[in-house]
Amino acid sequence: MGQYFGKLFNQLVYGDKEVRILILGLDGAGKTTILYRMQIGDIVSTIPTIGFNVETVSYKNIKFQVWDLGGQTNIRPYWRCYYANTDAVIYVVDSCDRDRIGTSRDELSAMLNEEELRDAVLLVFANKQDMKGAMSSAEVSEALGLPRLKNRQWGIYKTSALKGEGLDEGLDWLVNAIKGT
Amino acid sequence: MNLDHSAVLQEARVFNQTPIRPRQSRVLLAKILFLIYRGDNMSTNVATNLFFSITKLFQSKDMSLRQMVYLAIKELSTISEDVIMVTSSLMKDMQSKSEMTYRANAIRALCKIVDPSMLPGIERFIKAAMVEKSPSIASAALVSGLHLFGEAKDVVRRWGNEANEALNNKGLSQGPSFFGGAAGQSQVVSTSNIVQYHAIGLLYAIRQHDRMAVLKLVQTFSGQNKSSSWLGGSNATLRSSMAQVMLVRYAVRVMEGDPSLQGQLHALLEEWIRHRSDMVSLEAARAMCQLRDVTGKQLTSAVSALQVFLSSPRPTVRFAAIRTLSTLARTHAEAVQPCNVDMEGLITDANRSVATLAITTLLKTGNEASVDRLMKQMQGFMTEISDEFKTIVAEAVRSLCRKFPAKHSVFLAFLAGVLRDEGGFEFKRAAIEAIMDLAKHVPECKEAALAHLCEFIEDCEFSKLSVRVLHFLGEEGPHTARPTMYIRHIYNRVVLENAIVRAAAVSALAKFGASPSADPALQRSVRVLLRRCLDDREDEVRDRAAWALRITDDGDARDKYVRDDSTFALAVLERKLVEYCASPAASAARFNFEAVPRISRAQEEETRSRVRMETMDAVLTGSAVSTPAQHRLGARDTSEPSTPAAGGAAAAPVDVFEQQAQYASKLNAIPELAAFGAQPLVSSQKPAELTEAETEYVVRCIKHVYEGHIVFQFDITNTISEQVMEQVEVSMEPEEDVSDALQPVVVVPIPELRYDEPATAYVAYERTDPDTFPTATFACTMRFIVKECDPATGEPEEGDDGFEDEYSLEAADLGAGDFMQATYIPDSHTLWETLGQAGEAVETFALANFDSIEECVERVCELLGMCPLEGALKPTSKAAHQAVFTGKWMGATRTVARTRMTYQKGSGVTMELAVRSEDQGVSELVVSSIA
Repeated sequence: MGQYFGKLFNQLVYGDKEVRILILGLDGAGKTTILYRMQIGDIVSTIPTIGFNVETVSYKNIKFQVWDLGGQTNIRPYWRCYYANTDAVIYVVDSCDRDRIGTSRDELSAMLNEEELRDAVLLVFANKQDMKGAMSSAEVSEALGLPRLKNRQWGIYKTSALKGEGLDEGLDWLVNAIKGT
Repeated sequence: MNLDHSAVLQEARVFNQTPIRPRQSRVLLAKILFLIYRGDNMSTNVATNLFFSITKLFQSKDMSLRQMVYLAIKELSTISEDVIMVTSSLMKDMQSKSEMTYRANAIRALCKIVDPSMLPGIERFIKAAMVEKSPSIASAALVSGLHLFGEAKDVVRRWGNEANEALNNKGLSQGPSFFGGAAGQSQVVSTSNIVQYHAIGLLYAIRQHDRMAVLKLVQTFSGQNKSSSWLGGSNATLRSSMAQVMLVRYAVRVMEGDPSLQGQLHALLEEWIRHRSDMVSLEAARAMCQLRDVTGKQLTSAVSALQVFLSSPRPTVRFAAIRTLSTLARTHAEAVQPCNVDMEGLITDANRSVATLAITTLLKTGNEASVDRLMKQMQGFMTEISDEFKTIVAEAVRSLCRKFPAKHSVFLAFLAGVLRDEGGFEFKRAAIEAIMDLAKHVPECKEAALAHLCEFIEDCEFSKLSVRVLHFLGEEGPHTARPTMYIRHIYNRVVLENAIVRAAAVSALAKFGASPSADPALQRSVRVLLRRCLDDREDEVRDRAAWALRITDDGDARDKYVRDDSTFALAVLERKLVEYCASPAASAARFNFEAVPRISRAQEEETRSRVRMETMDAVLTGSAVSTPAQHRLGARDTSEPSTPAAGGAAAAPVDVFEQQAQYASKLNAIPELAAFGAQPLVSSQKPAELTEAETEYVVRCIKHVYEGHIVFQFDITNTISEQVMEQVEVSMEPEEDVSDALQPVVVVPIPELRYDEPATAYVAYERTDPDTFPTATFACTMRFIVKECDPATGEPEEGDDGFEDEYSLEAADLGAGDFMQATYIPDSHTLWETLGQAGEAVETFALANFDSIEECVERVCELLGMCPLEGALKPTSKAAHQAVFTGKWMGATRTVARTRMTYQKGSGVTMELAVRSEDQGVSELVVSSIA
């Protein structure tokens, strides 16, 4: 019954419209791997993304239009070209990269200050949990300053794109969060 | 189609909508492309915004929309910033799991946006695509390789194997797999073998500087290597006619580079002329016709093939054939004659371009009898053809005038007729030049020609042409029977025209007044007219009038300025004047005209007509005119080790003076040498090669004679990319003892000589006795330190101290001719008489080792180092010839040499040489230079 309502609800709210999601984060965080993990459920070999990848992903009968933007320093300035009409941002963090977590925080807060993303939901993936010495989600959350965010619906999940762990939980949260808004 | 730029850009918001509207977006993209193709300017800002909107369309999977997106990216790639943003998306599309249509187009778009630094990252995908089975993908990758070659030579060079494989892939394009990846996709099957065409182009680009590799390419695909391919089991063929055409061109380039291959490649061309494809056959015939030094016999098969094409039902084939024949007729009219009948048939061809070329070719090959008819036919359609062709017709008539002077009235009537018609500047100019040619070379029609020119300037919209005609009237008019007639026309210009034309008219009037044949009455009337010009409102016109009045009074000034038949070497004069104006120190003194060499008007005329012929050829063949400047640029562009001969030789006679001025400025940069004098009195006109072609080093020697010194200049090129030479110097050892006359004083080495960067070393001798002019042969050796280096950077390897080495050069000669400056001296006949027998030296030589007079006179001219007067180097008879040379010994003593030669088979050339100069000793030295 609940499932039936869910479906009906989706159709009522979204119709054919796709949910537009951006995957952002520093270079080497695992954005492209996450994108294709979500789309084809498997691991593809990736090279640094010069530009972007865009794919349509179906999850729980909702169609996501997912934009994976390159994280290299020279590409980051172009993120803003793709902010318009975004429903949610998945922000991917390399949990092992303690050196650059500060940079990651700065990029995140700059992004969240953009007017066009005012209503976007924020989902943070503390990625690379399969590796030794990875920061916990609490550590990452603190380092990014998430608890201090105002007027923002956000969630954080531990993930390993390689093993496919944590992604579904995060997406479930995302689906609910979007329905809620 | 009328599209508003801003309205279209407004609409671009469509791209940002979700969901994407493929149809609407596609139409809009088409509109944007239309704007770009139409030539609308788009600012970087606008283009960048547009580009980012378009990138959003990548979310749609609509194939036809994606294709438009590719096109738009390609067009915007040069206007918009940050186009690398689509790199990842395009790379995904070009990979093997994407759809066929995506892949080829993505490759083409990717090559437009990629920058060379990213190329190594995508290299393997492109390489894989090059050997793809699908022709559209392989072609896209190969063509992209060619596009990228300019920017990323080093990366693309590594793709040779793939290009080769693509070239040799057998017939894959004809048999698409029924079960493979192509299944279920609508694929256009190409039968044109276009992949081979693109592959051979890329392969050539990669290997073009490796002559052996190109030769091997040619041999492999021409079937010359049959025996070896038999063993190797591969039977290479080019199925694409276009690839075959390229092969013909490469073969010709190889042939030009290496004369020893000519025989072999000639045979190949002959074979290709019989090729079953029109395209290949035409190309081979054209190549044959354009070969340097081609003989009439070699042309037979090419011409007969072209003859057949003349009656082809396809206009393009007819045009290609007639165009080739027309070009050939310029140099080998007799070889084209067999086609005369066929070409006559083409005069009425529906295609005007074919008809025009047919007529102009016939004019070159035809005989006197056919001229009337042809001219009449031509007049019929002059109004129907474009200006470009009209110009060609006018040029053709011009050369015809020279050939058939008896027909001058027909030509003149024709030219005068076309001058009255509408036409652009180039065409009118060609027509009046033709008339002037007639006036100059056919005395009978001079007056009629001048009358036509007068009529022309009465109503001429081009000031430049009016000026040209007025100048010509000034040159020729005074020598006619009734000069007054022209004066009236000229003065009309003074009254009616703009300042530029008025000034030219005044100068022309002045020539009438100053003419030796002008009677006092005429002189008086000219003076009256000139005086009126003193009131002109333009400075230049008044100045010229005042000057003209002055010189008509003063006989000496008149002789010096108006009746002089020599002129300055203009290029040098210009350069000297620029230097003079630029240096404050120099402008304090008077400009030294003595330092500017003089050439005869005849020489100048010759130079002009040569330039004209080149331009004309360029018009006909569609190639760029090779000016010396461009040539030098071109030599630098190619990374090929440019042999210095290529740069220098092309600059030939026009720039002799310019060249010497360059030497002088280089010499003056070295203090020890600058001390010898402001500039050498005499510099060799032609460098002597001290090395064989294609050796490790190229060395050329140029001699400069100063008042008391002789400087040997060695231009050295290092052609080995793996080494740097240091402390390069040339040591000279006279073969006989000349120590009483010559003492070595200075040796200037080259500190560092890198690969393919020519530099100059000098050796200077002092002449101890001012009255002795020694002749000697010097054995030359180059001594230097060699260090190994990285060919890519040219930097010597760390810690390599190098080792000393030496290299033997050929001997350098110092002859009497080296002291002679080849200067044109006006009126050599009078000079000869004035010098008289007092300063004369005569000797007779039997020169058995020459096989013709032509060969002999050239050698004599070279040995004397003097300036040949008109006709000296062009013997009209095979048995006897007379030639006159002028020059200045040590740049000062005027000298005239006269030779008489006779030739008999068996005994060679017998020559009598008589030299007169202002100094008996000099005359004898000059004579001795031949022995």
